[in-house]
Amino acid sequence: MCRLTRQVLGASLALLAAMAALAAPVQAAEPIRLGFLTIKTGALAAPGKEMENGILLFLEENQQTLAGRKVELTSLDTTGTPAVSLTKTRELVERAKVHVIIGPLAAFEAYAIIQYVNDNKVPLISPSAAADDLTQRKATPYFVRAASTSSQPMHPFGTYAAKTLGYKRIATIADDFAFGHELVAGFHRTFEDAGGQVVQKLWPPLGTVDFGPYMGQLKKDVDAVFGGFAGIGGVRFAKAFQEYGLKGKVAYLAGQVAVDEALLRNMGDEVLGALSTAHYSAALQNPTNQRFVQAYRQKFGQDPGYYPEGAYVAGQMLKQVLTKLGGRIEDREAFLKALREVSVPDTPAGPLRLDKHGQPVQNIYLRKVERKDGRLQNTVVHTFENISQFYTYNEAEYLKAPPYGRDVPPCKHCQ
Amino acid sequence: MQFWLIQTMNGMAFGSLLFLLASGFSLIFGLMRIVNLTHGAYFLLGAYIGLTVVVRTGSFWLAVAAAGVAVATVGVLIERFLLRRLHGRALPQVLLTLGLAFIIADGVLWVWGGDPRPIPAPPFLSGSFTLAGATFPAYRAFLFLLGLAVALLLWLLQERTRLGAMIRAGVDDQEVARAMGIPVHRIFTLVFALGAFLAALGGILGGPILGAYPGLDGDVLPLALVVVILGGLGSLGGALLGSFIIGFLHNFGQALFPDFAYFTLFLPMVLILAFRPSGLFGRW
Amino acid sequence: MAGRAVGLAAAALALLALPHVLPAYYLNLTTQILHYAVFAMSLDLLVGYAGLTSLGHGSFFGVATYAVALLNGRGITNLLAVGAVALLAATLFAAAFGLLAIRGSALGFLMITLALGQVLWGLAFRWAALTGGDNGLSGIVRPPLPFGISLQSGAGIYYFTLVAFAACWAVLWLVVRSPFGLVLIGIREQPNRMRALGFHVTAYQYAAFVIAGLFAGVSGVLYTYFNTFVHPTTLTITSSAEALLMVIAGGAGTLAGPVAGAALVVFLKNVVSAYLERWVILLGAIYVIIVLFAPGGLASVWRGAAARWFGRGGDVEPEAAEAEATAWVEAGSRPPE
Repeated sequence: MCRLTRQVLGASLALLAAMAALAAPVQAAEPIRLGFLTIKTGALAAPGKEMENGILLFLEENQQTLAGRKVELTSLDTTGTPAVSLTKTRELVERAKVHVIIGPLAAFEAYAIIQYVNDNKVPLISPSAAADDLTQRKATPYFVRAASTSSQPMHPFGTYAAKTLGYKRIATIADDFAFGHELVAGFHRTFEDAGGQVVQKLWPPLGTVDFGPYMGQLKKDVDAVFGGFAGIGGVRFAKAFQEYGLKGKVAYLAGQVAVDEALLRNMGDEVLGALSTAHYSAALQNPTNQRFVQAYRQKFGQDPGYYPEGAYVAGQMLKQVLTKLGGRIEDREAFLKALREVSVPDTPAGPLRLDKHGQPVQNIYLRKVERKDGRLQNTVVHTFENISQFYTYNEAEYLKAPPYGRDVPPCKHCQ
Repeated sequence: MQFWLIQTMNGMAFGSLLFLLASGFSLIFGLMRIVNLTHGAYFLLGAYIGLTVVVRTGSFWLAVAAAGVAVATVGVLIERFLLRRLHGRALPQVLLTLGLAFIIADGVLWVWGGDPRPIPAPPFLSGSFTLAGATFPAYRAFLFLLGLAVALLLWLLQERTRLGAMIRAGVDDQEVARAMGIPVHRIFTLVFALGAFLAALGGILGGPILGAYPGLDGDVLPLALVVVILGGLGSLGGALLGSFIIGFLHNFGQALFPDFAYFTLFLPMVLILAFRPSGLFGRW
Repeated sequence: MAGRAVGLAAAALALLALPHVLPAYYLNLTTQILHYAVFAMSLDLLVGYAGLTSLGHGSFFGVATYAVALLNGRGITNLLAVGAVALLAATLFAAAFGLLAIRGSALGFLMITLALGQVLWGLAFRWAALTGGDNGLSGIVRPPLPFGISLQSGAGIYYFTLVAFAACWAVLWLVVRSPFGLVLIGIREQPNRMRALGFHVTAYQYAAFVIAGLFAGVSGVLYTYFNTFVHPTTLTITSSAEALLMVIAGGAGTLAGPVAGAALVVFLKNVVSAYLERWVILLGAIYVIIVLFAPGGLASVWRGAAARWFGRGGDVEPEAAEAEATAWVEAGSRPPE
């Protein structure tokens, strides 16, 4: 072989060797495929968009990279119908071949896709679907949450209302669907366990256009009214509460979403002074939240509430797990194990860790609606630390008891 | 006592609101035999346009006028360029209005976003008054009176003006009316515009109670249908009576029979239709 | 005719071969198109053939889904048992609703079907102890079939749905060509004339309503086995309105029309929605354009194109059927009652 050929050959071989060495494990070059299920059309489009904002902000802050690997986000619109939710989940798993899914928004969507997700061994981190049973009697290995259940923040609220606020008689009114039932049930149980009495429970159908008939029925001789609403119901009820003369005479205790930042930004004085509990408030003063709120305001022009915070935390959980595993999301068993044991010390809502059912144990904050800098906000007035979904109850007994519903717990003092 | 007083006043206010919502629908059907399924979307559009005007200018009454005119214009365009092509074909017209409802509703979501928005009442109507120990919002009392005023105006229009006479002639017999030189096509457009105007009025005037949010159209359209079916399509008096019957039934039904809350609206409608298919005062 | 037979055979072969050609995701979409097509075809019997526009057809679809789910909840999963009960439930509800709805006026029919649908929805939503309320009912098991055929795979449920779809198509094809079907078309076009000729118009309409309810029930069963989850959304006005959209956009009064319409809506909802956030506006716009310019739907557009290319194709056109019905009726014969 002539000298030139040998040189060329040698150089080529050296080049090849160098390339082989530099071409690190294929995994590092392949992106992490993140699926995101949210709602972009229909009545739930607003919270759906906000949820997406949360994950977009998180990824932007991390330069679309987690544990050294690029993240490819596929965000799909489930339109809020179970059949489409399932189809979109399939699309994420079968077409986009995602490694993990964050979502969905609504509880019934979670119920619709949970079997598929488990059968196909795709981990699901839910930032929003709050149905209690998803991490209780119907818990599955591939489902974890990044936010509270419906009743989780209501448990400490009931105790507080009875013991600290000294309320003796309360009437409840809530949207007549599973979320509303669970909100009221959590409050009802602990309120009565602490010595209070729930004397009336009203259930306007979801989407009731006029609260007039209910305002006429609400008992006026109570210490407070507990309102468990989602969406426009929270807005309408707060107004009716004031218009029918209850404000000032009777306290308004609200579920977490009835005074969510998304609603507060459009509401007025009628809701001042309302107390509520939730795992988050945009007014929390910890450094992570201050940065989070600042960044969210800058990017989206609004304050973040329940929905974007949940998605952001889901992103944080994912980052924590991936960092621990060195980015090896392909090792499904290890990933799932690490996910179920995740603990994030610095979410915007404070420290968070998962219990063995995949549900966060986290702080619950008592908030009061106040005006600051011309804006309404949920000022934090008290912190209940380390609240689990079972509160102070015995877990085994809790799970054996029937799930919360319209008549669970039963209204013993209803008149 | 307080309970009966508040529920009665609620029923009256809600009845008026329903009339504002249903009168436009009844008017359009009465003359043109079109089941205008876009009606909820006009209501929705009126609410949002009104909201924007209130927020920008602070004037509720300007918002009412703007919403009415804007949606009436949309109605005119739809009638002139789309519905008229399907003249005389009832089913395609209904289907067209259904498709348009989808488009307008999603368009509203696109433009205004999905946040539920309360609509502020004019300041001097924002308070409450107390009657025999029961507190009641001033705005609802106002709405009750306004509904009656609108009913009166519409009745005057129908019975005492030349336009009204032409409309009534068109309702009775289109062909003869046309033969007599009545410009039926132009009347159609006018009536459709009026129907859309009334829907938008309902949206913004009802706003302080209902608010504006995606899905409002789907929540109010069944109410309009129930009222006009009960009262009879094509009859203004029927729409008024139907509104108040439903207003009272709904209020007392929800309070006295909470387990049947979902049925207090539709069950009466089904029963009436089963025994009197043309409604209480139907003219078709 | 030969051209049409060849076309059908080709389509059948293509459908049978799909699982080997299409990726799983698209196969699943096709399965959905098939069960929604059965739903749309059942509504078409009412809208396109009997001339009755219903905005509550989702009722019977939904009733069947809940029947399957409730039996599953009690451990009954045998296909024949579950299918029979679900179809019976759908048919009984249709029989009951039909008594109230068939009142001689098209508008009254529209309103009553809508109202009854709302009542049923309210029941499903509120009676949470039975129906799971807005959480729905999950964990439905696809039934084991004899000879070890499994429905667990995408291909399995696809073939199952395909066979059911083909059977429904065949039966409906026979129905619309039967004397019964021809009378329906006659009633749609000229109800007074038919009445004058001695046909009991209301009875025929009622029969069509019940049959439509039965087939809606079939689609409900297929839907439930596919999704393994049921929810009150199937009973909403939106669900019934979507079915109506499928029928009209595809072409009322034909059998292929509803299938095309189902494909259109499924495609827009599931595929286009990934690329276009305002897919609802697109759906509405397509629908409006069809109503304005192609009232016979996609089927008529296809037929027009096919006529230019291949000579006449498609199944019984409404005008031809009407002429046939009228001629037959005028010859003085009456169908067996």
